[in-house]
Amino acid sequence: MSEKPKLAVYWAASCGGCEIAVVNLHEKLLDVDAALDFMFCPCLLDTKKKDIEALPDGAIAVTLFNGALRTDENVEMAHLLRRKSQILVAFGSCAKGGCVPALANFSTPEQLLNTVYLDNPSVDNPDSIIPCGTTGFPGGQIHLPGLLGRVKHLAQEVDVDYSIPGCPPESHQIWNVIEVILSGDLPPKGSTIGCGALTVCDDCDRTKQEKRITAFRRNYEFCPEPEICLLEQGMLCMGIATRSGCGAPCTKANMPCTGCYGAPEGISDQGAKMVAALGSVMDIGDTTDLSEDEIAGRVDAFLAAIPDYAGMFYKYTLASSTLGGKR
Amino acid sequence: MTADSVFEPKIIGFLCNWCSYAGADKAGGMQEVYPPNVQVIRLMCSGRVDPQFILSALVKGADGVIILACHPGDCHYKEGNCRALQRHSMLMLMLEQLGVEKERCRLDYVSAGEGEKFNRVVRETVEAVRRLGPFLPAVAIE
Ligand code: SF4
Ligand code: FES
Repeated sequence: MSEKPKLAVYWAASCGGCEIAVVNLHEKLLDVDAALDFMFCPCLLDTKKKDIEALPDGAIAVTLFNGALRTDENVEMAHLLRRKSQILVAFGSCAKGGCVPALANFSTPEQLLNTVYLDNPSVDNPDSIIPCGTTGFPGGQIHLPGLLGRVKHLAQEVDVDYSIPGCPPESHQIWNVIEVILSGDLPPKGSTIGCGALTVCDDCDRTKQEKRITAFRRNYEFCPEPEICLLEQGMLCMGIATRSGCGAPCTKANMPCTGCYGAPEGISDQGAKMVAALGSVMDIGDTTDLSEDEIAGRVDAFLAAIPDYAGMFYKYTLASSTLGGKR
Repeated sequence: MTADSVFEPKIIGFLCNWCSYAGADKAGGMQEVYPPNVQVIRLMCSGRVDPQFILSALVKGADGVIILACHPGDCHYKEGNCRALQRHSMLMLMLEQLGVEKERCRLDYVSAGEGEKFNRVVRETVEAVRRLGPFLPAVAIE
């Protein structure tokens, strides 16, 4: 039997992108394999849940847990892997803050199920069957894990040692984290690792001048100038409210940051931070001769350019946001 | 709370030092009665109100928030109140999507002389929030 420390990579409610980021370590994967026994990863390896259950508690050195918690089964696996792992890492933005799966927290589970199984124009479901839990249908029964009332991130269910942000985490940062873990020189428990503490603007080499925006503009409306800060050109670039460490690949590709590394160090709510920042750079023009109502109207007209602020500013963090979702 | 006792909302008021805080003082001096539900936090300018403060107040037990600023053109730091308005308007769009009623978060202007207006804004807000009932965030609902 191998004496190497065991490494597990598990997915809950996720898209598979985190596994791709691991595979994108390329030849460094050989170094991972040399140092660690990569033994559980449903996307890549054949180990089953019962094999994990058979291990003594704490037998896995490190588990990189990606995905949010959407179903009973996700919760069960979170508890199982917490028990079996010495270090449990919330790996990627779904596990850290809920990410795209947690946008479901703008709706109730009933609304989601109705949309998927009943109301979609392409659905043909004459008996209005909503498969959930144990469901009978002509010819048998199926059992599916139940949906939670709302999507949670990993730390809302089990004790988490570290978090690595990113949708997905950048591969060079994954490698940095593996090196740190192998060195045994661990950061304080609870740290967010594999990232910086500042904002993406710090990673971004676009020219920054005084920020004064006379209108918000969306990606499809124009092709931005390649050297100047995208926010200064009116795009809602979330670099100002997003943790550094990715190296700003999006703004290099002329696309605004959408915020996947979550809130910077010391900020509790990424959406609120974005509102604070934009509120100081909006320029509604001279208002000296306007009444209070007219000024408010001008602000509303300015803001009407964007249809979905909450979805945009909480795209990666709704589950971990202060309010957690729609009431 | 017993079945027939009235719900007393807890409101956090972020008041600018230069106008609204003095306006609140004036309201007190006028000896007009107004509901005691607002707990005042004095800031140097409404431009200091970080939207995070508002969300934190709501999850930590407040049922509503008021932000009182100097009238447009009167901010001691020139455009702090304009920023406060812009942030508030954007936050209101987000709060609506998050199921938070707009009456729970009001921005208004109160000058140092407007004790009567302070009194009115407080009364209206307390009544509106009382009708809505206690605030329970999604994170608290399982
Ligand atoms: S706002 Fe966006 S484009 Fe501007 S400096 Fe920050 S990351 Fe770069
Ligand atoms: S000083 Fe009163 S709002 Fe700025």
